[in-house]
Amino acid sequence: MTQVALEKKDDAQRVESTTEDLPKVPAAKKTRSVLVYLSIVWLVLIIGAAIFASVLPLAPYNVPIGPPRTPPNLDSLDTLLGTDTLGRSILSRVVYGAQVSLVIGAVAGLVGFLIGSFFGMIAGYFGKRVDAVISLLADAMLAFPPLILLLALASILTPSVRTILFGLGLLAIPSFIRLARANTLSWSSREFVRAAKNMGAGSGRILFREIMPNVLAPLASYMPIVIAALIVAEGSLSFLGLGIPPPQPSWGGMINDGKDAIATSPHLVFVPALVIFFTVFALNQVGDHLRTKYDRTLHD
Amino acid sequence: MFLTVSKKVGRSLLVVLLVTIAVVGLLGLAPGSVAQVILGENATPQAVAELNAKLGLDAPFWSQYFGWLSDAVRGDLGTSPLTGQSVSEAIAERLPVTLQLAAMGLLIALVVALVMGVISASRPGSAVDRGMNALSAVFLSVPAFIAGPVLIYFLAIKLQIFPVMGWSRISEGLGDNLRSAMLPALAIALTEIAAFHRLLRTDLMGTLREDFIAAARAKGMPSWYVMFRHALRPSSFSLITVAGINLGRLIGGTVIVETLFGLPGLGQLVASSITSRDVIMVQGIVAFIAVVYVGINTLVDLSYQVVDPRVRKVVGA
Repeated sequence: MTQVALEKKDDAQRVESTTEDLPKVPAAKKTRSVLVYLSIVWLVLIIGAAIFASVLPLAPYNVPIGPPRTPPNLDSLDTLLGTDTLGRSILSRVVYGAQVSLVIGAVAGLVGFLIGSFFGMIAGYFGKRVDAVISLLADAMLAFPPLILLLALASILTPSVRTILFGLGLLAIPSFIRLARANTLSWSSREFVRAAKNMGAGSGRILFREIMPNVLAPLASYMPIVIAALIVAEGSLSFLGLGIPPPQPSWGGMINDGKDAIATSPHLVFVPALVIFFTVFALNQVGDHLRTKYDRTLHD
Repeated sequence: MFLTVSKKVGRSLLVVLLVTIAVVGLLGLAPGSVAQVILGENATPQAVAELNAKLGLDAPFWSQYFGWLSDAVRGDLGTSPLTGQSVSEAIAERLPVTLQLAAMGLLIALVVALVMGVISASRPGSAVDRGMNALSAVFLSVPAFIAGPVLIYFLAIKLQIFPVMGWSRISEGLGDNLRSAMLPALAIALTEIAAFHRLLRTDLMGTLREDFIAAARAKGMPSWYVMFRHALRPSSFSLITVAGINLGRLIGGTVIVETLFGLPGLGQLVASSITSRDVIMVQGIVAFIAVVYVGINTLVDLSYQVVDPRVRKVVGA
C-alpha cells in the first residue's frame, strides 16, 4: 500500500503547488477519543506520583497514622482515601504501591520485549529450522497457564521484586516472539530487503539495519497493553498473598488485605481496585490507539 | 491432508513434551522438599534424605522424568505423598467444578457479547456503537481479582441475591448450585465479554458488506431478519473458535475466583499444593492443564481444515 500511497501523495503535492483553483481537500479528520486524552492524563498523574513519592507530603506507608479502617474524609491529606486495617494511610500506600506495580510492569515488559523481539525477528527472518525451533518454544511457553507458572515460581524462589520480575518477564517473552515474527515476515519480503541482499549485505546487517527499524515501532506500540497485562498478573499474585512481601505495599496486596473487611469498610477494597482499574484501562486505551496507528499487520 | 494433520498432531505432542519437561524440572528446583514438609521443621537431614530416597526424589532428573512420563501416558500421574490421594483421582474430583465455572462464564460472555455485538454492528460509528466499545473497554480492564470482591459487595452483601462464598454440588439441588456458581462465573465472564464483543463486531461488519447481504436487503427483508438469519451465522465462526480455545485456557485460569470464593476446583488444588510443596500433585495438574489446552487448540486448528476449505491450501503451501 505504501508505495502507491507515496506516489499519490507526490501527485497531490504537485497538483497543489501548481494549480490554485482546484478545491482543497481537507486532511482526513483524526478521530481521537476523549478517553485517550483522559487516559494520558491519568498515566502522567500516577507516574508522576510514583516518581515523586518521597518528595510529596505523604505519611510513611508503613506507620499507622490514625484509627484503623477510617473511611475516606477531607480532614487531612493522609486520610483523604481513608486508613487500612492497621491504620496506615491508604493514599500513601496507593502512591508507593504505584512505584512497585509500574516499575515491575514496565521493567518486565521491557525485558520480554527485548528478548522476545530478538528471537522473533531471527525466527521470522531465517525461517525453516530456526523458525520451527523458536516457534515451538514459544508455543510451549504459551501452553503454561500464566498464573500457575507465576505461582510455581513463587513457591520455588522466595517472592521478592527480583523473582517476580523474572517470572513476569518470562510471561511476556512468547507474545513478543509471535508479534516480532509476524512483523518480520511481512517486512522481509519487501523490495528494499531484496535490494540490500543483492548488494551483498549480510544477514546481520539486513536484520538489524534494514528490518529492525521498521519492526520496532509496531512492536513498541504493544508495550502499553503488555504492561497492563503484567500489572494485572502482578496484582493477581499479590492478591493470592504470593507477591511483593509486606510491609512494601502493592495494589493487589491491598485488595487482599481489605477483602475480609469488605462488608463493613468497602473503601479498603474499592480504592485500590479503582486505581488498578484506571491504570489498566488507561494503558489499554493508549495501547489500542498506538497499535492501530503503527501496526501494519493489522491493516494489510 | 493426512500429512498436515499428522504434522500438526506431532507438533502438539512436542509442545506437550516440552511443557512436562519444564514442569518436572521447575519443581525439582524447589527448596524445602516434600519430605521436609511431611516430616516437619525439626526433622534431621538424614531422615529427610531417607524419605526422599524412598519417594524416588533423589534420582537424577532424566530418570525421574521418564519414570513419571511412562506412568503418565498410562493415566497414572502418581500419588501425593502428602494426602495419599492419587493425582488422577484428585483431578477427576475437582475438574467438574472448574469446568462448570469456565462453561458458565463463557456462556454468560457469549450471550452478552452477542447482544452487544449485534447492536454495535448494526450502526457502526454511531453513539450507541461507541458506547458499546467504551463498555467493552471497561470490562476488559476489570481483572477477576477486582470483579470478584466488587460483585461480592454489591450482589452478595448488599442485595443478598447470591451467597458470599462456598459451593453447592448439583446433588444438593440445581438452583443452589447455579446460585453458588453465578458470582465467580460473572467475575470470569467480564474480560471475555470484551474480547468476544470486539471479535463479533469486526466480523459482523465484514459480513454486512458482502453482496449477499445487499441482495437480501434489496429483496426487502427486514433488517433484523437479515442480521440474525443471514449475517450472524457466517460471522460467528471465529467467535466460536476463540470461545473453544478460551475454555481450555480457563481450566488453568480460575485460580483467583476459586480461592476467593472457596470453590473446590482444580485451581484451588494447584494453589494449595504449591504452598504445601506437593511437587507430584502440582506436576500432574499442570501437565494435565497444558495437555488439555494444547489438545483443544489442535482440535480447533484441525476442524478449521474440515470446515473451511480455503485454509487447506494455505497450510499445504
